[in-house]
Amino acid sequence: MLHAFMIKPGLLLANAGYQSNWVEVLSQPFMRNAFIAGSLVAIASGMLGYFVVVREGEFAAHALGHIGFPGATGAVLLGLSPTLGLAVFCVGGALVIGALGKRASERATATGTVLAFATGLGILFASLATESSTTVTNVLFGNLLAVSTGQIKVFALFTVALALVLAVIARPLMFASVNPDVAEAKGVAVKALGIVFLVLMGLVVTMAVQVVGTLLLFALVVTPPATALKLTARPIRVVLLGTTIGLAAVILGLVTATILNLPPSFFIVSYSFLTWLIVLGATREQHHSGH
Amino acid sequence: MTISDKSKTEDAVVSLQSASVALGGRTIWSDGTFDIPRGQIVAVIGPNGSGKTTMLQVLLGLIPPSAGTVEVFGQMPERGNPRIGYVPQHYSEAVGQAVRCRDLVSLSVTGTRWGMRRSASDADEVEAALQAVGAADYADSRMSVLSGGQQQRVAIAQALVGSPELLLLDEPLANLDLRNQREIVDLLAELQRSRAITILVVVHDMNPLLAHLGGSVYLLDGHAHYGSVGEVVDSDLLSHLYGTQIKVVRTAQGDLYTRSN
Repeated sequence: MLHAFMIKPGLLLANAGYQSNWVEVLSQPFMRNAFIAGSLVAIASGMLGYFVVVREGEFAAHALGHIGFPGATGAVLLGLSPTLGLAVFCVGGALVIGALGKRASERATATGTVLAFATGLGILFASLATESSTTVTNVLFGNLLAVSTGQIKVFALFTVALALVLAVIARPLMFASVNPDVAEAKGVAVKALGIVFLVLMGLVVTMAVQVVGTLLLFALVVTPPATALKLTARPIRVVLLGTTIGLAAVILGLVTATILNLPPSFFIVSYSFLTWLIVLGATREQHHSGH
Repeated sequence: MTISDKSKTEDAVVSLQSASVALGGRTIWSDGTFDIPRGQIVAVIGPNGSGKTTMLQVLLGLIPPSAGTVEVFGQMPERGNPRIGYVPQHYSEAVGQAVRCRDLVSLSVTGTRWGMRRSASDADEVEAALQAVGAADYADSRMSVLSGGQQQRVAIAQALVGSPELLLLDEPLANLDLRNQREIVDLLAELQRSRAITILVVVHDMNPLLAHLGGSVYLLDGHAHYGSVGEVVDSDLLSHLYGTQIKVVRTAQGDLYTRSN
């Protein structure tokens, strides 16, 4: 696995431990940025997540994160903003997947092959750039504590744009997602909606990579809405509940990480994982007793 | 066009004139010239790959004819025709299984408009469609927990929203046991009668439908035809169509069925 090369256990352990001044740390400006950025990503993921899960686009979300990796390292190599590189590659990748067809995300071999190549390209760009190892670690695992005010502005813009677009297309997109054949016969622009959806996913992934990184974004983009969908089938409730789970994971993750002086990504992912595990166990139980 | 021709076309729900259809340069069927009269259940039959699904897709305006003309209600087929309801093949496998039945049926109303607005009459229409197919009891369940027969009822409810005059159903009896096949056929017969609509049903086996059948579209040797039930339920025709010996049997009670030897 890639991350075996990225984390240096000795270093981590050296930094770990109870941080007695954590309340003070939490009130620092960089921490406020982290809370805002993480929350925006949780909200954006919650809004789009219902469609990701219902369309079975989980793998496409995962793939877009990987496709963004060479975008970020390539941008650093060229002296550009990694956010820009990420956005160009994620949205571009989304358009390519969209052009390939409505069920391209299910073509596991093709998607897997492309994302492996993208990851390789990312490593190449990173090794060519001078500040390679920090960039690589940041893109692969996210660095919420280094989010700038400029990045937050971009996140806010993306989230508002996502909300506005979804307010207009949510119903036809749901029709096209759960019932593409009937939707098409009814005159819904199924293919165009699929492409719009992937572009929106590209934007969300661009944000999520900067918060939890390419390798962990699944836990923030897919797991909370998927967990919510196990508890309720009503679309609006899935969105609200998924957003709440994501927000809780981000906020609790940041606080725990600050107290223990460990990477926030780990705790955000852990809270998301734990919620999923508990809900999975609880709904299984319910299912059995129901018979 | 003479007066009698004109009234005939207006009576016909579907009218084909030398119609052919090709997919990827390959002709699927050709020379289809027939009218389907209004207000009956019509089977669409033919061997595998003969273009039964393609026939429905042409009527829905999803595929244009490569030659000739096709008219539905006297007009060229166009996607989004509110007078047509459609249940595609493999409906329950293709549909999102986590979705509640009620939400699925509502999409027929709300899924075709932009924005989030929804009126009380939308909900009434959805409820009426669920009632009409006997699916109101499990309307709040997810599709994934329903039986095949129940899922097919929900699919028909979705197609009924907007009170279409023509229903197109692609293999609605596939993967159903005999009892469920019978129940769905009875439901279709009831809907056809009470609403005076026309229902086209793609089937592999005409037998479950025979008691209610008005006629059949049959795809024979690459050509599309239509015949009334008396013309189609014929041993020679069916044997030729399916490439295997088929007998038409009429029981002492007057029930009609076909049997392959």
